[in-house]
Amino acid sequence: MADLRTNLAGIKSPNPFWLASAPPTNSGYQIMKAFDAGWGGAVWKTLGVPVVNVSSRYGAVNYRDKRMVGFNNIELITDRPLKDNLREISEVKKRFPDHAVIASLMVETKEEWHQIVRDVENAGADGIELNFGCPHGMCERGMGSAVGQEPKVLQTIVEWVKEVAKIPVITKLTPNISDITRPARAARAGGSDAISLINTIQSVVGVDLDTFVPYPNVDGKSTNGGYCGPAVKPIALNMLKNCAQDKQVGIPISGIGGVENWRDAAEFILLGATSVQVCTAVMHYGFGIIRDLKSGLERYMDEKGFKTLDDFRGKALPNIVHWEDLNLKYKVVAEINADKCIGCQLCYTACEDGAHQAIGLSSDPLIRIPSIIEENCVGCNLCSIVCPVEECITMERRDDGKEQLTWGERTAAGNIPKTFDDPLAGGLHHWVPEPAEALVTKKPRHYKG
Amino acid sequence: MAEYKRPTTEAEFTANFHPKKPLMSDTEAYYESSRCLYCYDAPCINACPTGIDIPTFIRQINNDNKDGAAKTIYDSNWMGHACGNVCPTEELCEGACVYTKSDVKPIEIGRLQAHATDKVIHAKKKLFITGKPTGKKVAVIGAGPAGVSCACELRMLGHAVDIYEAREKPSGLCVYGVAPYKLTNEEAVDEIAYLQEQFGFNAHYNKPVTGRVDFERLEKDYDAIFIGIGLGGTSALGIPGEDKKGVMGALEFVEVLRNKHQATPVGNKVIVLGGGNTAMDAASESCRMGAESVTIAYRRGPEEMGAYTFEFDLAKKSGAKALFNVTPVEVMGNGSVTGVKFIRNSSANGKLEAIKGSEFLEPCDMVLLGTGQGKQVELLKQVSGLMLDQKGRIVVNERFQTTNAKYFTAGDAMNGGVEVVNAAAEAKKAAHGIDTYLGK
Repeated sequence: MADLRTNLAGIKSPNPFWLASAPPTNSGYQIMKAFDAGWGGAVWKTLGVPVVNVSSRYGAVNYRDKRMVGFNNIELITDRPLKDNLREISEVKKRFPDHAVIASLMVETKEEWHQIVRDVENAGADGIELNFGCPHGMCERGMGSAVGQEPKVLQTIVEWVKEVAKIPVITKLTPNISDITRPARAARAGGSDAISLINTIQSVVGVDLDTFVPYPNVDGKSTNGGYCGPAVKPIALNMLKNCAQDKQVGIPISGIGGVENWRDAAEFILLGATSVQVCTAVMHYGFGIIRDLKSGLERYMDEKGFKTLDDFRGKALPNIVHWEDLNLKYKVVAEINADKCIGCQLCYTACEDGAHQAIGLSSDPLIRIPSIIEENCVGCNLCSIVCPVEECITMERRDDGKEQLTWGERTAAGNIPKTFDDPLAGGLHHWVPEPAEALVTKKPRHYKG
Repeated sequence: MAEYKRPTTEAEFTANFHPKKPLMSDTEAYYESSRCLYCYDAPCINACPTGIDIPTFIRQINNDNKDGAAKTIYDSNWMGHACGNVCPTEELCEGACVYTKSDVKPIEIGRLQAHATDKVIHAKKKLFITGKPTGKKVAVIGAGPAGVSCACELRMLGHAVDIYEAREKPSGLCVYGVAPYKLTNEEAVDEIAYLQEQFGFNAHYNKPVTGRVDFERLEKDYDAIFIGIGLGGTSALGIPGEDKKGVMGALEFVEVLRNKHQATPVGNKVIVLGGGNTAMDAASESCRMGAESVTIAYRRGPEEMGAYTFEFDLAKKSGAKALFNVTPVEVMGNGSVTGVKFIRNSSANGKLEAIKGSEFLEPCDMVLLGTGQGKQVELLKQVSGLMLDQKGRIVVNERFQTTNAKYFTAGDAMNGGVEVVNAAAEAKKAAHGIDTYLGK
C-alpha cells in the first residue's frame, strides 16, 4: 500500500496535498474542516498588517460549459487581525498535531519580519512561506511580486527571516518574471529551505461587452488580477521543471498551479515537487476533492510499484531536454482506427486547414472515415489531439529506432541549413499544394458562395 | 387500460399533451450546445432536407449569438421553428449525428433550433431585408409550410406576393394536422406572423380557390402562381359501415383535438386503422384523451408500417396496443359503431392473402381512419394543362414548374405527403424557379 507521507525540508504531513495560501485557508474553521476531510497540510492565508478588500473580487474564464477553466482574483492578504489568526493556528495545531500548518507571511520592514516570524513560531506553525508572489495590490505597496521580481531584494528579506526563524522557510515565487530560476537561486542564496511555485499570473480575464468594464467589476472599474486554475498548469509545470533541473536551486519544491486531480498531482511530483498546493479546485468544488486526490495517487503508486513519493519524485525530469537534443530520426505518423472512427472529420479539417494537408477524404460523401496521406504526415499529433474518440487516432512509429541524430550533432557536423534557400530545408520533401488549388478544393456541400 | 386520465380541464389536457420536445431554457441550450463537436461537412446538415448549417447555429447559440443562430436557421428554412418541433429529427439530423456512432446521445438539434427561433419570434427581431421590388406579382395558393416558405423566398427576391388561404388561419397542417404535443397552434401561427411582419406578403384568409374561374382570375392578375394546397381529407376505406357514427378520419380527429382540446369527443375503446404516422399520432392522442383501450390495426406486419419507429414507440408508450396482419372488412353497429370485423392475412412475397374463416370482431365505440389523405385531384383538374401523375401528384420539372408554365408547386400536393421540412425545402427552390421564369 502506497505511503503518502511527505517531508518538505522538515515540514511533515500525512500526504502531499496542501491547501495553498488563499481564501480556503482564511480561518481555523476552514483548515480544521479540511484536515478533518483528509488534507495533509495548509498554508495559512497570508498574514501581515490586515488589509481592506474590495467587492467584487473574482473573475473566471469558462470554456463552453466548463466553468472556471481559468480563475482570477484581486483579493489581498488576510483582512483579519493577527492575534485572531495566531490563536486559531494554535487551536488547529493542538487538534491536528501531525498535519502541516504553514504560515504565509508578507510584511515590509526587517523589524516586522522578525516580529511576525517569532509570533507564528510561538503559535505552533510548522513552517513559514514568504509570499513574494502576489501580483496585484500588494506589489504596488512594494511587497508580494515586487519582491519576487527583484532577486537581490528577495534574498535580503529571506536573510532577515532566516536570522530568527527556527522552523523551515519556504519562499513562494511569482511567475511574472522571464527566468524563474533567478529568484529561485536568490532564495537559496538567502538560506531558504525550500521554494514554492507558482503564484498567480498577472491577468485580465475578460471584458464585459455591455459596460466595457473588465472583470471583476468594482463600481465600474477593474484592475489586473492573479490568474490561476487548470489553465495555468502548463506554465507551472514548466517553471517547476526549470527550478527542479537547476542544480544551483537545489532545494525542495512545493508545486502550485492548476492542481485539481490526482493526475495533476502525479505530474507535479514527476517533475520534482515534494508537496502540491491546491486552491482553485477547492474554491470550485470544496474540500471533498481530497478523496479522489488521495485514492487516485495511491492507486497510481500501487499500480506502478512506488512505495513512497520519493520513488517517483522527479522521474520525468531526465526526459525533458533541450530541443537541440531531440532525435531528428524519430518518425511517427498518424493512423486512424476505422472501427473506432465516428466520422466527424475534425482530423481532416484540422490537418487540411491547420497543418500539413496530410488527411484525405473519400470521393464518396457517404464514406466518412478519412485516410492518412502518409507521405505528407509530419507526425505532429494534431489529428490525434482533436479526435473526440479515445485511442481512435494513434501515432505509430515508422523509424527502426537504430538511428539517432540531433540538431546539436548536425550543427557540430555543419550539416544544417544556413541560407534562405538551402537544400537542407527540412520541409523540402513535403508536398505542398499550389496556392490556387485552395480555390478548387472540394467544399462541404452546405458552404455558401 | 390507459395510462392517462380523461382530461376535463385545460390544465389536465395540457398535462396529458405535455410537449414532446419542450422549449429549452437558456441554461439547457448552453449545456447542450456545448456538446456539439462541430463536424466537418457535418452529417446532420446533409441529413436535413433544407440543409441548415446546424453546427454553425449550435456554435452561435453557445457563443451567445442567438440572433445569428436564428438567421442561420431561417437562411435555409423559413419554417425553422415549426421544423425544430415537428421534424422527425430522429430520422434526419439527430439520426445522422456522429455521436450515435459512439453510443453517445445525439445533440438535441430540434430543440436547440426551436430555442433559437423562439427567441427571435418573441423578440420580433428583424433578421432579413426583402429584395429590391421587381414589379412582378405572384399568387400563392395555400398558407401552409410550402406556401409561406415560397412567399418568404419570393419576397427575398423582390417579388410581390398574395397568399390565398381557404381556412381562417395560416400554417396548414401545423395548425390543423400535427399532434398537439409537437407544436401548439400559437407557436405555429406566431412564426408565420413573425415572417409576415418581416417579409410583407399579403395573406387573405377564408379565400379558397375553388375552380376554373378562380384560377383564370389569378392567371390574369398575377405573373406566376404557386400551388401549395397540400392534400385533401382522409380517404374512405370502401368497406360497409364506415358511415356509422363514431367513425372519422384520423387527420380530422387531430384537427378537432387541436382546436377543442379536452372537449374533443373520444370513445372508450378506440380502433385506429392504418400504419402510418398519422395513425400513430391518432393512437397516441386517443390514449392521452383517456380512452380505456386504443388498438392500432394494420394489414401487414410491424416492419412494413409506414410510420417511423419512434412514432410507433411513442404510441405504445402512451398505452396503445397493435394488431398486425388484419384487414377490416366491415364496421359493425346500429347507427353508432360497436366494433370492427377483421380478417387475418397471411403475407407471401409481399402479397396479402386473407385467411379464410379467420374473421373476428373487435368491439369498439370509435374508429379512426389513418388510411392516408386523398389528393385534391378534382380541384387541380381545373387548371388548364396541369398534369398529374398516376397517384394524383402534380408533375414538375427540376425548377418545380408544372406542365402549365405559369404554375409552380411544392409540398404535399407535389410530393404526395412528406414532412414540413420537405415542403420548406422544395418551396424555397420553387421560388427560385419562379424567379427564373419571371426573369425570362
